[in-house]
Amino acid sequence: MQDTAAIIETSGLRRTFKGKSKGRGRSDPAEVEAVAGVDLRVAAGEIFGFLGPNGAGKTTTLRVLATLLRPTSGTARVAGFDVARQAGEVRRRIGYVAQAGGSYRECTGREELIIQGRLFGLGKAESGRRAQEILSSLDLADAADRTCSTYSGGMRRRLNIGIGIVHRPDLLFLDEPTTGLDPQARARMWDEIRKLRGSGTTVFLTTHYLEEADALCDRLAIIDHGRIVAEGSPDELKRQIAGDVLTVGVNGNGERVVKLLEGQPFVREACLEDGLVRLYVDRGEEAVPGVLRLLDRNGLAPSTMNLHRPSLDDVFLKKTGRSLRESAA
Amino acid sequence: MRTLFDTWLIFERSTTLTLRNPVWVFMGLAQPILYLLLFGPLLKNVASMPGFPPGGAFNVFVPGILVMTALFSSVFVGFGLCDELREGVVERMRVTPMSRVAMLLGRSLRDVVFLLVQALVLVVLSIPFGLSINPGGVAIAFALLALVGLVMSPLSYTLALVLGSEDALAPTVNAIALPLLLLSGVMLPMTLAPDWLQTLAHANPLYHAVVATRSLFNAGFGDPEIVIGVAVMGVLAALMVAVGARSFSRAAA
Repeated sequence: MQDTAAIIETSGLRRTFKGKSKGRGRSDPAEVEAVAGVDLRVAAGEIFGFLGPNGAGKTTTLRVLATLLRPTSGTARVAGFDVARQAGEVRRRIGYVAQAGGSYRECTGREELIIQGRLFGLGKAESGRRAQEILSSLDLADAADRTCSTYSGGMRRRLNIGIGIVHRPDLLFLDEPTTGLDPQARARMWDEIRKLRGSGTTVFLTTHYLEEADALCDRLAIIDHGRIVAEGSPDELKRQIAGDVLTVGVNGNGERVVKLLEGQPFVREACLEDGLVRLYVDRGEEAVPGVLRLLDRNGLAPSTMNLHRPSLDDVFLKKTGRSLRESAA
Repeated sequence: MRTLFDTWLIFERSTTLTLRNPVWVFMGLAQPILYLLLFGPLLKNVASMPGFPPGGAFNVFVPGILVMTALFSSVFVGFGLCDELREGVVERMRVTPMSRVAMLLGRSLRDVVFLLVQALVLVVLSIPFGLSINPGGVAIAFALLALVGLVMSPLSYTLALVLGSEDALAPTVNAIALPLLLLSGVMLPMTLAPDWLQTLAHANPLYHAVVATRSLFNAGFGDPEIVIGVAVMGVLAALMVAVGARSFSRAAA
């Protein structure tokens, strides 16, 4: 990876906001640190995921990288240019699709694509051709001349991505590209994103879906409270948590069971999570009978038992002490 | 060049969107006609009251309605922008190399064109009611109305960008537009007002626009109020376009 060129490189990137005090008091508004020192390197040609719960600083980081917000301190180079000092150069080379979308419901898909092309300096005819090309490749040709208000959720998302790639950017930012989509539309979106990578576009996306980060991203960074807590490919990250994960339902006796199991030689770590006892063990098949025996000896019976390989949520839990599923809810 | 071209693109887009909404177009044209038909007849008797300025009743009344039309036609345009903000349109365009001034100017020029069309309809329809016109005066008056639009439309967009939602925008715009209107002498000439109210009116830029427009419709080219009206609105328009363009480049929503 050292050989590949970095398309995003940040160092000590921070962004703070003035806290909004609702009261009438003149008390100094607290500064909220949305991005608290992010060092990031994204290689050209990969799908890079930014995984974290709502409010972790994903969108703020993305908006700084896309020149919508100026960094409070630190530097970020995107597509070879400084986001603060050379915003114009950055904008020419990136595409950005916000969570809010970008297409206007009273415009047709074709109109939106054409004006976007023209804002990037394409001629009228050229912009029309490019719009048609995108409409066909995104399977929107039949809906091209209907207003966006008539599109389904998935179609509208595809159009928004189309608007983001009209000028063939080197790098495309996608903020929560599949939030709120049904599973079918989500799978479709994943295909489109992989196609973009296939055509040489680097994709930087944010998500709070573990499955999405796992299945779609070549590499990802886990962000929490404005800081990157882990970075690597999904496999690398999961490998940091060796062994298996065993979750046991114990009908409200969680704390007692955790205490009981903590000292056992076959348990590396035990904690209580969502009412379930969560055990990190070296070998699941050895741990299961041991746990059962111990519970039985203490007059307890498990209501559920589940053995699985570590997931990205386990990585998140390990790094932050919270479950992402919980934080995202 | 870039700014001019981008302004044209945004103007074209916003004009298309407005024309696509026939209800809006119809209401925009119906409004001045309603004033003409339902308020105009009251003037016959008022015009004979002491203190009413010289000139026919319609030559006093129509200029006021023109300025009011310019005000109402442009001060609410921010509502449409809230919609675009919510759907991420402004944000999407901010990540293109397009000119930030054009984001404002393309929209505001659309607003100016629409208010001038409304004004033209009003003037033409008023002639049978007894409005007398001279072409030079009307031309300058229309330039002045365009300036009123270039003050109010950027103001409305700026408020929309800062406040972000219709819920916050509606009371704010009303709080600004209503005193401006009442203190402008649009309905009845301020010469009928008590002294303290006249003093207050002088602090209202829109008052000067109304006085200047009345002068222009009564062939008083030598009236210094015309220069004052155009200068006041011109300076404010330049200021508001600058403020509006800045708001577009900083829009956070």
